[in-house]
Amino acid sequence: MRRIGIDVGGTNTDAVLIQGAEVLGAVKTPTTEDVTAGVRTALAGLMAGRGNGGEGIQAVMIGTTHFTNAVVQRRDLMKVAALRIGLPASAALGPFVDWPPDLAARVRGEVAMVRGGHEYDGRPLVPLDRAAIREAGRRFAGGGYTSVAVCGIFSPLTAECEDEAAALLREEAPDLRITLSHDLGRIGLLERENVALLNACLQDLARKTARAFSQAIQDSGIHAPLYLTQNDGTIMRAEVAERFPVYCFASGPTNSMRGAAFLSGIEDGVVVDVGGTTTDIGCLVHGFPREANNAVEIGGVRTLFRMPDLLSLGLGGGTEIAGDPARIGPGSVGYRLTREALVFGGTQLTASDIAVAAGIVEIGDAGRVRHLDRGFVSATLARMQAMIAEGVDRVKTEAGEVPLIAVGGGSFLIPERLEGTSRVVRVPHHAVANAVGAAIAQVSGEVDQIFSGLPREEAIESARRQAEARAVEGGARRESLKTVEVEDLPLAYLPGNALRVKVRVIGDIA
Amino acid sequence: MDRELQAEELELLATGAWILGAGGGGSPYLSYLNARNLYAEGTRVRILDPAALQDDDLVAVVSNMGAPLVGQERLADAQFAAKPVRMMEEYLGRKFSAVMSVEIGGGNALQPVLVAAVTGLPVVDADAMGRAFPEAQMTSFAIAGLPMFPLTLADIRDNEVIVSRAASWKWMERISRKVCTEVGSIAATCKAPRTGKEVRDHGILYTVTKAIGLGRLVHEARRVHDDPVRALVAAESGKVLFKGKILDSERRTTEGFLRGRARIEGLAENRGSRFELAFQNEFVVGWLDGAVAITVPDIICVLDTVSGEAVGTESLRYGQRVSVVALPAPPILLTPKGLEHVGPRAFGYDLDYTSVFERAA
Repeated sequence: MRRIGIDVGGTNTDAVLIQGAEVLGAVKTPTTEDVTAGVRTALAGLMAGRGNGGEGIQAVMIGTTHFTNAVVQRRDLMKVAALRIGLPASAALGPFVDWPPDLAARVRGEVAMVRGGHEYDGRPLVPLDRAAIREAGRRFAGGGYTSVAVCGIFSPLTAECEDEAAALLREEAPDLRITLSHDLGRIGLLERENVALLNACLQDLARKTARAFSQAIQDSGIHAPLYLTQNDGTIMRAEVAERFPVYCFASGPTNSMRGAAFLSGIEDGVVVDVGGTTTDIGCLVHGFPREANNAVEIGGVRTLFRMPDLLSLGLGGGTEIAGDPARIGPGSVGYRLTREALVFGGTQLTASDIAVAAGIVEIGDAGRVRHLDRGFVSATLARMQAMIAEGVDRVKTEAGEVPLIAVGGGSFLIPERLEGTSRVVRVPHHAVANAVGAAIAQVSGEVDQIFSGLPREEAIESARRQAEARAVEGGARRESLKTVEVEDLPLAYLPGNALRVKVRVIGDIA
Repeated sequence: MDRELQAEELELLATGAWILGAGGGGSPYLSYLNARNLYAEGTRVRILDPAALQDDDLVAVVSNMGAPLVGQERLADAQFAAKPVRMMEEYLGRKFSAVMSVEIGGGNALQPVLVAAVTGLPVVDADAMGRAFPEAQMTSFAIAGLPMFPLTLADIRDNEVIVSRAASWKWMERISRKVCTEVGSIAATCKAPRTGKEVRDHGILYTVTKAIGLGRLVHEARRVHDDPVRALVAAESGKVLFKGKILDSERRTTEGFLRGRARIEGLAENRGSRFELAFQNEFVVGWLDGAVAITVPDIICVLDTVSGEAVGTESLRYGQRVSVVALPAPPILLTPKGLEHVGPRAFGYDLDYTSVFERAA
């Protein structure tokens, strides 16, 4: 069976056609303003010369930075309503507190705070104020809101309040799209609520984008379901994924890491993806990116949810070099590299020019950088490589030597030997590793929840059942499900045998 | 003898308090957000020089008690912080003249600011630890042998508890901890009230100003791209003990405390050396290449080498570039009685107090 993987990055749209473990074709094309035109071009490139057109293609997987960019650039965002369940606690710090003012001005709509929520051990904090929720629902509907974020105190522990609020809101305002915070985030009320609010404000864009992608696929003569890639390296059916656009955040670097693991056959190591403007460094654990366990800012908003643990450096093939000793970046010519870099006839000295002058890569016209001082070239290259080496060291979780997989169009900047690594592995198709990562993705279901008053085995079993149900909803074949991660952590500072259980299952697409 | 706490000082206070937390005390972030909001609404808080306290003035000593994790869901709130102070006034039948924090390290540094914003009381420029410590008897008031009761404790619902008497500091800790757990492992408290004279004689003075100053140094150094760690030790007669990267850290929660160890591998001038830290909420002992280099009550801080931001014991992770910095402890903690309460033996280490600072003769 064949699959198409597409990664829509800020600069390039990369696409591959794979069959089993074999990459049959790869295309790189500039990302377009409307995103889908680039996808159409990429699909046309992949299909060109293949007589049978879209026949035999099982699925199309697309990863996109579109939703992250929308938040960062403050565009295509909806004004949303917010319902907080937890009074009388946390009354002083309501939804949108500490948001950047320009973003809050675009997104912040009607806010309602009602009594309810839970204790750390699952007991109700106070009785849920159902009448106030109905009243809020009527106000939201009256105000013309179509998307709402609901966040209850300790909802990752027990979703009762949020689930009941959703049912009540639906009765009062049937057209409301509802994001529940426990579906997305972890303990940490504001950070989890922020994730829910971001998810709510992206609903229109997510639906529009997913449908435009589907249309582009159909128009290209391919009759296969669309999946969107998520930031844990797995996929979900587009109809499910469009409800959770925040899970697409950081899916680009995630796809690169998954692609690197697949292409190299290495499950544990460090992946360094050098693009045009930035270098992303992350750790592979059993073939998947390691998760961040700290708050991550997105467009200036503090969030805490499932995100890959990445270090991003302002160094890429297009990074601008100025002065002597050289100032390296952070500016970059980005996608204009093939016009503006010296070796391509431009006037801007870039990291790529230094690499060509040093003789470690052959691109463009080497004659145009022959005038550069050899000492300057080797000193500047050494400093860029030292930046990468330090980044790798910061990202590693242990002191021992680990393999490094080098991917991305600018990966020639990574030296053959790097302190703290056992070897530097280069793979074919490394420049489209992100699209490969999308193409090979499976469907996952995950639960990360605190259980109280249940024996350990029962808690884990309950988590596993929930995770499996989520995977099947996301498009997995039930018989193919495998449990890939079980972690339980007793929370000693909470009485009542509280246990945090995390279970992740993975399966093939149905 | 009092002055207005300026709006821009709130953030500086939060940054400085987090440093004085010595790895513990909880992040001041949520309390800071509250204070910032109250200032945005026009509220102002006054800081009172402890020298201006009359002998028989009554001072409320406040703190937020509970599990840090619960504090992430049931968020800091000024009305809630002020509740036990009102309870205490009712119980005593007397009005407070001012409010102060039990500990200047971590989130509790902002607690009296929140109380002050609601009650209009001034905040005394003092605390009872000069840093953060994990237990109630680790205060200058306990070291001075002052009584530890009564104590008022408020829950977010309509539950209020007064501990009118306790047999010892330990009993006060046990009883109040039990109540706190029952109401959801978070409670606002008002500790045994102090007279103006007691605060002047046994408080640790001018620590609010000190925390703001620390915050200012770090923010200013960052602004001009100077080295915040160097600026900090220079201004506070501190010492940089070690610069390196975190090699590993192990943590476990026992008896309500976060205990563990972290190892740091030397970089730059410390290349080839190792530093090891033990913590119980806060950093307690530091070893340089296996030899004890520093112990409590010296203030042992781990700071991000680049930003100067404090790194809490709960967020130590491999690869972080950190500087271990020592700041001098308040002299009261270094007396024989002080070391009984807060020296290394009080934390279960069979070690004598070891300092990197010259001790006054």
